[in-house]
Amino acid sequence: MSTLQIDFGHAKPRIVGIDLGTTNSLVAVMDLTGPRILSGIVPSVVSVTESGEVVAGAEAREMLITHPERTVYSVKRLMGRGMGDVQDELKLFPFHIVEGSESVLKLQLGDKIMTPPEVSAYVLRKLKEDAEDVLGADVTQAVITVPAYFNDAQRQATKDAGRIAGLEVLRLVNEPTAAALAYGLDKRKEGLVAVYDFGGGTFDISILRLHDGIFEVLATNGDTHLGGDDIDNLLLNIALEDLQSEWGEDLSGNASLVQLLRRAVIQAKEALSFAPSATIDLEYGPRKYQREIDVQLFNRLIEPIVERTLGPCRNCIKDAGITVEQINETVMVGGSTRIPLVRSAVERLFRKRPHTELNPDEVVALGAAVQAGILGGEVEDKLLLDVTPLSLGIETMGGLMSKLIHRNSTIPASETELFTTAVDGQTNVLIHVLQGERELVKDCRSLARFDLKDIDPMIAGMARIQVRFLIDANGILNVTAKDLRTGKEHSMDVKPSYGLTDDQVEAMILESYDKAEEDFKERQVREARVEADAILGAVDKAKEDDAYQALADAERATIERAINELRLAYHSDDHLLIRDQIEKLNQATMALAEAIMNEAVGKALKGTNINA
Amino acid sequence: MRFYDALGLEPKLALDSEDLKKRFYDRSRQWHPDRFSRGTAEEKQRSEEMTSMLNDAFRTLRDPVTRAEYFLRESGMELSKDAPPELLEEVFELNMALEELRDGDESAREQLVSAQERFMGMLGEADTSLSVLFAQYDEKPDRAALDDIRATLNRRKYVSNLLRDVEKELNVHSAN
Repeated sequence: MSTLQIDFGHAKPRIVGIDLGTTNSLVAVMDLTGPRILSGIVPSVVSVTESGEVVAGAEAREMLITHPERTVYSVKRLMGRGMGDVQDELKLFPFHIVEGSESVLKLQLGDKIMTPPEVSAYVLRKLKEDAEDVLGADVTQAVITVPAYFNDAQRQATKDAGRIAGLEVLRLVNEPTAAALAYGLDKRKEGLVAVYDFGGGTFDISILRLHDGIFEVLATNGDTHLGGDDIDNLLLNIALEDLQSEWGEDLSGNASLVQLLRRAVIQAKEALSFAPSATIDLEYGPRKYQREIDVQLFNRLIEPIVERTLGPCRNCIKDAGITVEQINETVMVGGSTRIPLVRSAVERLFRKRPHTELNPDEVVALGAAVQAGILGGEVEDKLLLDVTPLSLGIETMGGLMSKLIHRNSTIPASETELFTTAVDGQTNVLIHVLQGERELVKDCRSLARFDLKDIDPMIAGMARIQVRFLIDANGILNVTAKDLRTGKEHSMDVKPSYGLTDDQVEAMILESYDKAEEDFKERQVREARVEADAILGAVDKAKEDDAYQALADAERATIERAINELRLAYHSDDHLLIRDQIEKLNQATMALAEAIMNEAVGKALKGTNINA
Repeated sequence: MRFYDALGLEPKLALDSEDLKKRFYDRSRQWHPDRFSRGTAEEKQRSEEMTSMLNDAFRTLRDPVTRAEYFLRESGMELSKDAPPELLEEVFELNMALEELRDGDESAREQLVSAQERFMGMLGEADTSLSVLFAQYDEKPDRAALDDIRATLNRRKYVSNLLRDVEKELNVHSAN
């Protein structure tokens, strides 16, 4: 049916904001009226079906119970990490890690082997599709949020996930900073704000100074492996012990039961935010398990976890160079901040009632959308100045770390260092780059080794190679080298200590490309069908109008034929054919639409006369 | 001096911190990479260079101590690393008190607490004389003034290290 349409044109493609969470993910976009969540929460769960198809989101979450061995959750805990880092996690999480991968973890899901960025890419792809369905347009550019305390490798892994999912990641934004943007706290022209972000798997605290639309982060701190997950695991272990004594067997190896129990435990945990007691309720075949937990016991259990968030808060206040009394507002972010004990601990520490007006699950995605608006040029009055959470340095003699860029430096931040040779004829210099606060190399996080190669052989100390270390606005390290003798760029080999090389990411993108094209086609068909439904419905309704009967027989026949042809095309998988037929039906009903419109206008005018 | 250039300032030792902040924010709004996300590769690179320089400059110049250190280095002066001779006797006694507290002699605590207060006073004095010296040098730039600044900076740094050590020991001990 011909209808009046407002054509938003093919102006600028929309940049979406994505909160890629440990437990749940969300996508949002900036509208004229403000940031808006597109579609619902997508659980950050990925599963491989028996036929080998990869599914993500709610569908995959169901498979956690039915097919736990081919399903993965909380993969964010593995992003940018190596085998040595995750031993503690492996005790608590049922990750199926394939042996023999040190710098990049590999997970076994059914018959597929995937790295954490590839798993996250499936969640991102689901968000991308949801966003495209709602917006009715392609989405290719995104802002993705990361925990403020993520290191370089974790950030790089997140960016890789975006690329694999077919998204150009225009910016990584720190989650607490995004939350501050969403809260629109800049209505207060000047002030200090603390953002306490306690999510499913990570904890962050950031302190910001607001100044006339500028959000300047003064300091950040946190723990990238502390979250609601840890509370779930505490309760889960209690329940498993109960089961062992009640049912007389150790069920911790029964993956399906553990997932059912985990779900029951989470329900009880959530209920305890609103009720004085809750029951962990499990039915497993003919057997039943119930256990009541009251708030007093719950609080006693989780107190050490809540306490672990307070140390980083105190350090952050100190690093920001302020006192707690100077902080004007406190903002709560992340699902775990619904827990009353968390709220009261924060209130006690910061000595004021924290903001909880916005849904703590949505606020990060909303903030990501605001940042997308800033990058897209739609939001002009706001600007985020963030910091690097960890110091960056290089290894020097004796296994010591020499700091080049200190933590809490505003990014982009850069430092240059001059390198030379130590012995005659030396042709390469190896630079080991690290991140961390400790003095010894072994206590810091290795980022990468840069090999300045092909140095012309000369007397020791004569070579002069200037290396520039730049932490960009995403918090990711970029290194360039210049030979001061020739003034030219000096080539180097980069070997990242953790994570994927560029080539590996490229290969994954290619691999996913065929699949993506298929997905894309499917979506186009789906969209065309939605439109066909709309026009067929409208024509059906129009046929009941007198104007339809007033048409010439031939005109009515043309319309009928167009309807039939569209119905036939509807079931083809060629979206162009469907659109052709939609257009034909549009043409055929043009006169009818006009007649109905005139009739309506006539009625309306008459109405005006009567009321006048 | 490039940090002063980056903020559009004359190289002066005494700076108005509000003006400095305003310059930093204004230039950040103009040059931040967020403003060039759809720009050309050259524009992006230039924005990154400008803002990283701006951030370095603001971080260095907003603190009078790091500002003065930068100013001295740019004027071709090495910073001194020697212990200020007038503090030697004080340091000797302090070390003994630190040792005693470590060995569990609580009577040393009082002495350390009073040392802590004295050091904080010295830091305050150093800051005051720095601002006087800054104004003097800006009025009439001469090498002698820079020498005085260098000596004050050196003394200040030494005292702040002493203070850090004392506070660390007092905290460790009270935590036990």
